Amino acid sequence: MRMLARKLPFYALTFVIAITIDFFIPRLMPGNALDAVLAKAGSQMGSPQALHALEKLYGIDNPAGLPTQYAQFWASLLHGNLGISTSSYPTPVTSVIATALPWTVALVGAATVISFVLGTGIGILVAWRRGTWLDSLLPVTTFFQAAPYFFLAFLAIELFAVKLGWFPYGLGQNQLDYQTGLAPGHVADVLDHAALPALTIVVASAAGWMVGMRNQMLTTMDEDYVLIAQAKGLPKQKVIWYAARNAILPSVSGFSLAIGFVVSGALLTEIVFSYPGIGFVLYQAVINHDAPLMQGIFLIITVAVLAANLIADFAYLILDPRTRQEA
Amino acid sequence: MTGQDVRSQGGRPLIEVRGLRVDYGIGPDAVHAVIDADLTLAAGAVLGLAGESGSGKSTLAYAMTRLLRAPGIITGGQVLLHDGTGPPGEQPATLDLLAADEGQLRELRWSRIAVVMQSAMHALNPVVTIGAQLTDVLEAHKLKMDRTDRRERAAFLLEMVGISADNLRRYPHQLSGGMRQRVMIAMALALEPAVVIMDEPTTALDVVTQREILTELAALQRDLSFAVLFITHDLSLLVELADSIAVMYAGRLLEQATAAGLYRAPRHPYTLGLLRSFPPLHGARKPLTGIPGSPPDLRTPPPGCPFHPRCGYAMDVCRTEMPAAFWPGPGGGRAAACWLHDGTHEVPAELAVPEPGTRSPGAVTGARTWAEAGTGTEAGTGTEAGTGTEAGTGTEAGTGTKAATGTRP
Amino acid sequence: MAVSTTEPAAVAAGTAAPLRAPRLKLPRSPKVLIGLGLLIAFLLLAVIGPLIAPYNPSADLAASGTPQPPSAAHWLGTTQTQQDVLSQLLAGGRSTIVVAFLAGVVATVIAVVVGVTAGYLGGLADDLLSLLANIFLVMPALLLLIVIFGFLPASSDDLLIGAIIALTGWAWGARVLRAQTLSLRNRDFVESARITGESTTRIIGWEIVPNLLPIIASSFLFTVLYGVGTYTAIAYLGLVNIDPHWSWGGMLFWAQSVNAQVNGYWWWYIPPGLAVALLGTALALLNFGIDEFINPRLRSAGLTRRRARQAGIPARFPLGVTPVVRLPAAPTARLTPGAEQVDTR
Repeated sequence: MRMLARKLPFYALTFVIAITIDFFIPRLMPGNALDAVLAKAGSQMGSPQALHALEKLYGIDNPAGLPTQYAQFWASLLHGNLGISTSSYPTPVTSVIATALPWTVALVGAATVISFVLGTGIGILVAWRRGTWLDSLLPVTTFFQAAPYFFLAFLAIELFAVKLGWFPYGLGQNQLDYQTGLAPGHVADVLDHAALPALTIVVASAAGWMVGMRNQMLTTMDEDYVLIAQAKGLPKQKVIWYAARNAILPSVSGFSLAIGFVVSGALLTEIVFSYPGIGFVLYQAVINHDAPLMQGIFLIITVAVLAANLIADFAYLILDPRTRQEA
Repeated sequence: MTGQDVRSQGGRPLIEVRGLRVDYGIGPDAVHAVIDADLTLAAGAVLGLAGESGSGKSTLAYAMTRLLRAPGIITGGQVLLHDGTGPPGEQPATLDLLAADEGQLRELRWSRIAVVMQSAMHALNPVVTIGAQLTDVLEAHKLKMDRTDRRERAAFLLEMVGISADNLRRYPHQLSGGMRQRVMIAMALALEPAVVIMDEPTTALDVVTQREILTELAALQRDLSFAVLFITHDLSLLVELADSIAVMYAGRLLEQATAAGLYRAPRHPYTLGLLRSFPPLHGARKPLTGIPGSPPDLRTPPPGCPFHPRCGYAMDVCRTEMPAAFWPGPGGGRAAACWLHDGTHEVPAELAVPEPGTRSPGAVTGARTWAEAGTGTEAGTGTEAGTGTEAGTGTEAGTGTKAATGTRP
Repeated sequence: MAVSTTEPAAVAAGTAAPLRAPRLKLPRSPKVLIGLGLLIAFLLLAVIGPLIAPYNPSADLAASGTPQPPSAAHWLGTTQTQQDVLSQLLAGGRSTIVVAFLAGVVATVIAVVVGVTAGYLGGLADDLLSLLANIFLVMPALLLLIVIFGFLPASSDDLLIGAIIALTGWAWGARVLRAQTLSLRNRDFVESARITGESTTRIIGWEIVPNLLPIIASSFLFTVLYGVGTYTAIAYLGLVNIDPHWSWGGMLFWAQSVNAQVNGYWWWYIPPGLAVALLGTALALLNFGIDEFINPRLRSAGLTRRRARQAGIPARFPLGVTPVVRLPAAPTARLTPGAEQVDTR
């Protein structure tokens, strides 16, 4: 537990830094770029007061000094106010995000869990049965690991949606026959639309888990305690379990890094599929130069990633008894 | 040691290794790590396997139990386990481990043959509790013990090696080095095996802990009378601890004898060189000579006897042909693979010291096998421990744990 | 895309003997050779690509229309403004590869400086540098880049783009290098260098860094891989200049804008995507090779499948059961008459 307490200040600090970066981005932009953003915002919002408020928010024509603006920024954040979206004026940023977030969480959450389980499972198998045809999986998965997420998304669409027609090629749900809530028809429709994006994320990220786990298993299988487990005459599953229990540790600690990649990949996948999650909303925000929305999304996603990291750290503490006290 | 009774009667052979050959790799690049090894381990006896790093002693031991890692391959020989004490109908009286299948191996592993490795830190699973690592064998071998029984047995095992049962729920990294090694020994004895193979079990420990553990080990061996194959590079340890010693060099067994016999009357030049390499703690100071040169690269071994480049007694025949084993001694019980002892050469005095307990070196005797060497079948061995005739000759290099000697000053 | 952590392997390698200057053994593994071949091909493409393009990639040969499938005149077909796809591919290669390698170089330099310094100096410097690295590590890179590039005007400056991408990609390499430096710092040869009074810079430069070369190489390749993917993503989102500053990501942007995948214009979006994937695969394969070099346990342990099959033993060694293959023994001892010996069998 002490280890966890030691990590919290780090996360808190990173949180503060993320917010600070968020605060400074519009202020550090080159002048003409900011002008373009504001001009677009003005035309979208159609209200001079709103434009003026936005300018003040970004430090233009703001009588308050920089530190005060910073404090005000924090104040509004703590009140849950992320500003007003310019492209969907007057909807507040928080509403826009709140609509899109569940889609992303569901998709990314499920896909990540599936790909982790699948990837590490296959990795263990490939390591255990070294020297069989399973080894030839490695170059294939290398390809999938190296291919950009959205390219895989394209392929998925081309193959499964266009050619085979098994799944729809975009969006989150059927736009014409719009249902809501947990009606079974709706749920089926949502799953139907989520299948290909999920498949893309799983295929792209499972490869990485697989290769990592395979390498870690091979290294672990060389350890003396695995040989002793064999010498003890333990059943095969037990020996594999003993080895895997150790081999998975680097994957868990690497999970924190992987989260960043998975989130990035998921964003891109959503964009390709026009899946109504955060990624897609971010893309729209970028195209529409919706600065407050971009900032808000940046904050939310960063916070989510920090939280995921914290959970991964916690999981590692549970899995590796050596970290639990200063041995 | 009271085990000497077993020795003097010649404990029945428990494991017989005949002509074992082990390679690393396959094809023309294969390295011959063990060549034509013959050993016998008698029930209840301690057989020491000595040699430098790379001599093949660990390879031999692990190959015996089919635990050798890739790319090790066994390319010849037999490893006969004579163990009629198995459950009736399940295990034949004699089993060739090299011909056994996975199921048979799994059954006899740990229940008949257990292994203690050099580094307990690496041999114990770091993420599993000590208790679990003690009870998993109990569970795996279908002993019909429930959870409480298993836990009790685990606690008993720990107490047997002098550790509190509180440690059952601890993890390996929370224990000291000596405690971990004790846990390994307790683990090895969990199913009361007939044989325990110990691969340099105390090399990684400080001298004091080493002494403690070896003393406890000797006591346990007395009480439970299991056989031990003790592998080490430290010949001095074996002189005290073992009943018989086999010396390996470059993958071959060069000499086998009883411990006292080897120590006081070496027959092979390599053994002589080894003995001259460590000083006795008591008695007159001997000049340390060591052995010039270094062990050969097993990928390109020298022709003939592998030791000849470093041997002070090398003859022409040594350079071209590998000597077979000869039996230079009365009543057999020892063997040396050296052309000096083939009966046609004059043996230098230092290699012809009378067998302890006898007065003159005997002539080469008739057909005997490596296997019988060192099982203590000759009349000489039973007398040496406790003869009291070697007062202060520094026969025990070290502080001496042979409780039976008693006559030492 | 998840990270294959070589951190444990790197630390394990630290227990091997220190290499003064790693001998460049010609790699024999087919994986590595393929990767190397591909990489060289791509580097060549980067240099001569735009020069051998048959058409001007930006030349609009018609105001609009439908993209044409591959034909004799256009080997990879055309875009909807009748631009030659092959030319775009060749021209786009340069920018993509340049940005990726630039990002790799800059990021690796930063990683080496930060990682080795933190590992060697320890103490407060280590704490601060590690904190810096961890912060960059935890922040989702693409997100940050989208926001940064979203606010910037669309740039065609490869150097700038590469540098910005590098700023988000150095942290992982720094962490691995720091871990390895920590383990090297306590090794005897560093101790003795310190005792004989070598200056800190000399120790770092001449004792430690040479031993880190395989890891630095691996980190470099990984960062280039990251750079390729990230730059392509950024261009695909239209955040940098994509015409006339061609890149593979840019091609995907234009393809997406007419829904190429739905309309089946495969010749337009598959080549650039495939190119990125192949380049990435080449880098990953090379990384495999370096992984195996660092961690010998990952090699095939001297017993390739072919050799094993020739010998008639199963290639997979079930762990814990050493195979027994009875080979005809070479005679090791000859019985000479006149001496009493015994057959050792």
